[in-house]
Amino acid sequence: MLQLASVTKVYPNGVHALERFSSEIQLGEIIAIIGGSGCGKSTLLRAIAGLDRASAGTVTLDGEAISAPHAKVGIIFQEPRLLPWLSVADNIGFGLSELPAAERRERVAKALARVGLADKAKVWPRELSGGQAQRVAIARALVAQPEVLLLDEPFSALDAFTRKDLQDHLLDLWADTRPTLVLVTHDVEEAVVLADRVLVMRPHPGRLFEEITINLSRPRDRNAPLFEQFKRHVLTALDRSLDRTVPDTQGRREPGGGLWW
Amino acid sequence: MTMTVELQAPAAAATPQTASRPWLTRLARPLLGLLLPLSLALAWELAVRAGWSNGRLVPPPSKVFTTIAELAQSGELTRHITMTLSRVGIGFGLGVAAGTLLGGICGYWGLARRLVDPTIQALRAIPSIAWVPLFILWLGIFETSKVALIAVGVFFPVYLGLTGAILSVDRKIVEVGRVFRLSGPAMIRRILLPAVLPAYVVALRVGLGLGWMFVVAAEFMGASEGLGYLLIDGQQLGKPAQIVAAIVIFAIIGKATDWLLEIATAPLLRWQDSFARQSGAA
Ligand SMILES: Nc1ncnc2c1ncn2[C@@H]1O[C@H](COP(=O)(O)OP(=O)(O)O)[C@@H](O)[C@H]1O
Ligand SMILES: [Mg+2]
Repeated sequence: MLQLASVTKVYPNGVHALERFSSEIQLGEIIAIIGGSGCGKSTLLRAIAGLDRASAGTVTLDGEAISAPHAKVGIIFQEPRLLPWLSVADNIGFGLSELPAAERRERVAKALARVGLADKAKVWPRELSGGQAQRVAIARALVAQPEVLLLDEPFSALDAFTRKDLQDHLLDLWADTRPTLVLVTHDVEEAVVLADRVLVMRPHPGRLFEEITINLSRPRDRNAPLFEQFKRHVLTALDRSLDRTVPDTQGRREPGGGLWW
Repeated sequence: MTMTVELQAPAAAATPQTASRPWLTRLARPLLGLLLPLSLALAWELAVRAGWSNGRLVPPPSKVFTTIAELAQSGELTRHITMTLSRVGIGFGLGVAAGTLLGGICGYWGLARRLVDPTIQALRAIPSIAWVPLFILWLGIFETSKVALIAVGVFFPVYLGLTGAILSVDRKIVEVGRVFRLSGPAMIRRILLPAVLPAYVVALRVGLGLGWMFVVAAEFMGASEGLGYLLIDGQQLGKPAQIVAAIVIFAIIGKATDWLLEIATAPLLRWQDSFARQSGAA
């Protein structure tokens, strides 16, 4: 279980990026974090990844406090961040250097096939399209078999078709080992298609505004009326979060408890 | 119907063209570059033969070639080339070693940079030739002072190129190393070194070019062997053909060593976008 307890971040320049953010995330859950620009979504993710330290509060994974990058936590950024001097296969195997070469090769080959890029093993990253590069980044993170995978707007630089394709693909890959996914997005449909729970944040300082449980079974039909309703609900919450006259609402809304009125 | 026809026509035309193009560009590029100097040389040769000029101060190509051939036959040419090459080689080696060591330390370690870099920047402002009298006093007029001058010339571009490259390594790529929990040495070996390599190779090539520049200066300050000596000797004895011959040989060897450096480092940089090379050919 991933536990966020009053995670607070004040940057050295005085920006109050995150204020007492708390949440409990179960193993295998898919969480979408959505909110206006600058409301601390990346800050929160970087704190969970152990890349930046929180000013106060704690992040614990299975009872172990996280203050530095952790073997069980992987992260995927908005850009693929592939190493341009390594082939696609070597990029995927980058985090497996402690494994014996044969095992590493086998796992990399499996991961490549799993993201549908078996024929690109020896290609340089610059020869990939944006979507292919992001697939490689996903494979590189998943091949290390993390318990928690963090994704910071992973598809926002891609065109609509590729984005939808990769969303479906991500769910596919998630079903293999069912890691916890924490996905930052600004795409409402992406949040509703992927997440078990959507956490809506609001800025100045960044904090949790509303929590919406999406109890739709998978695979989800993007055209179903119920899907539309969840989308509208998240959108409304997002609008309210940006409206300064709306006071903070604490606590979660249960499914049915105000969804379809 | 019309649309498919229109789409197919250029595609069909393009196929044989792209197949023959690498050949064409590989041949045409050096040939195009040679066109101007060769025709100028030919024109001058004809002008001298036709008697429009006596060619005493600017010798025609044939005379230059005869001079080179004579120098080669007497074995003198090999002696001078070997001497100059070994001076450049040793000076380049020392300059690269010092530039890499200091550049690496100052690029990686902020405290060292704040401590040492201002001094190096100040020294850089001194024209390197200005060191010559001091080097001669300290190191004598023989090989040591010459090599030292060349090494100084090579040092600065290597140092500057390496510190600059290390400082501009993409923080986002370094973060990938952090996510995979690389140790300090692993971070250097697996992220920083490969990221810095392209700029470092450029710095080496600039350094080598300066090494060739400074070997001439070094050999002007009293040498009895070397291509620079051939230049001075040609001037003092009034042999312009020998001067031009030495210049031509400088150009050829300088270009050849640069080319060797490029060839030697090419396998390490295969991953780079070849856009620059391609657009250079176009
Ligand atoms: N390294 C940093 N130093 C100072 N301020 C920062 C830094 N990173 C982010 N911020 C500020 O913190 C706030 C939250 O940023 P961020 O977490 O990136 O927001 P989001 O990802 O939700 O758009 C913003 O106001 C941003 O300007
Ligand atoms: Mg962000």
